[in-house]
Amino acid sequence: MNWLTPILILLVAYVAVYLEATFNGIRHFLGAQIDLLPALMVYAALSSELMTIMALAVLGGLWFDSFSSNPLGISILPLFLVGYLIYPRRGLILREQYYTQLVLGLLASSIVPLMTLLMLLSGREPLVVGWGTLWQWLVMAVGGGLLTPVIFRLFDGLHYALSYRPVVETSFRMDRELRRGRK
Amino acid sequence: MRSTATGGLSMLKRPHYMALGLVGLLTVILLNLPHHTANQIKLALGSLYLPLFGLSKSSQQVINKTGDAVVSRSQLLRQNEELRQTNALLQVRAMQADNLQRENERLRQLFNWQKQTTWQLRLARVIARDPANWWHTVQIDVGSRDGMKAFLPVLTPSGLVGRISRVNLATSEVVLVGSSECKVAALVRETGDNGVITGGASPLDSSLVTLSFLGSSANLKPGEKVVTWGEGEVFPKGITIGQVAEDSHPTDLGYNEARVKLAADLGALEEVWVLMR
Repeated sequence: MNWLTPILILLVAYVAVYLEATFNGIRHFLGAQIDLLPALMVYAALSSELMTIMALAVLGGLWFDSFSSNPLGISILPLFLVGYLIYPRRGLILREQYYTQLVLGLLASSIVPLMTLLMLLSGREPLVVGWGTLWQWLVMAVGGGLLTPVIFRLFDGLHYALSYRPVVETSFRMDRELRRGRK
Repeated sequence: MRSTATGGLSMLKRPHYMALGLVGLLTVILLNLPHHTANQIKLALGSLYLPLFGLSKSSQQVINKTGDAVVSRSQLLRQNEELRQTNALLQVRAMQADNLQRENERLRQLFNWQKQTTWQLRLARVIARDPANWWHTVQIDVGSRDGMKAFLPVLTPSGLVGRISRVNLATSEVVLVGSSECKVAALVRETGDNGVITGGASPLDSSLVTLSFLGSSANLKPGEKVVTWGEGEVFPKGITIGQVAEDSHPTDLGYNEARVKLAADLGALEEVWVLMR
């Protein structure tokens, strides 16, 4: 098993949660923070094993909840379900296409907050929910969707930088070179 | 359609169902943990981020130092002169305030009124915000080792920010005004009407909150000042909350309600003061 991909995914999730809590540029302008974990889950479901999906859902969800007033563990199940639904169908999904990445990211980023919110409301948590929540949900969905292809490119870059690449042999051979002209 | 659905289901094998069951079980266990245990786990998980916070703080210091090195001598002298003037002005005002305080204490003694305590404030830096959009909380860089306790009021020079809700060793969570977990007894200075800041008036605009439970005769006008009333144990009397944003209106439940624009900019908090007791 190649350990690089799971380690990179978990490392990016760790940093992503930190950035979500400390970087407020988008929240300041659009009134909502974008969640990167659903987009990351799309990548994990298309590029890694079920264990990685589980680890990302559990660790990512716990890290997210540790910064939040969310009840501990509430973010785990929505994240995992997104990965769980994509994972068995990954053979049928054109993962290299920008459009596919965008659509999957959009769906994941809209399903995860919606499910979390429903779970919170069913637990009678005292939330401030109104028409503005719809806008926040829209920002999260579109932002997450747009960032999914970026995450794919980021991982491609990381793999390119960190993975072993076998040297490609050329078909050119010195001993078979045709010598032209006079000696 | 049916064949697609069946095909989708057939892709799921036994380990997949086991994984789903495991994650479901873990979620149920975590959600049913006692409040204290869940907080302890959150604290442990949050401490994993201390290296990143440390890195961020030290890099900020390096940037500041670099900025300081770039500032010209003439600019520093000008700033120094301005600060000297401000300092002199504040010293005169402090002297005046001391006289007023002494006079106030004498009068309180004369009328046998309760003695007022002076505020003890502790500066804290906002280090993180709640990543979930539906909660209004921030984390500050002081914790139990700095004497922080739950329910201590938090403010800025502009006005009230909220109260401490959870305390860790090195950090604390502050629940902001406008969150339903931070209700504040409020008084309208001009009219003497009182009510309760019950929650945010808009999920998008964190600067607007609802002032509920006003008397049915209350007739608030935009611009009127709203301060803490001092009822309850959490917030002392007289901290600025904000000003009335629009005329008060009656509700179906028999009391009047008004929207209040907060004085403190909750969206751009960098440094706050914790009111110690």
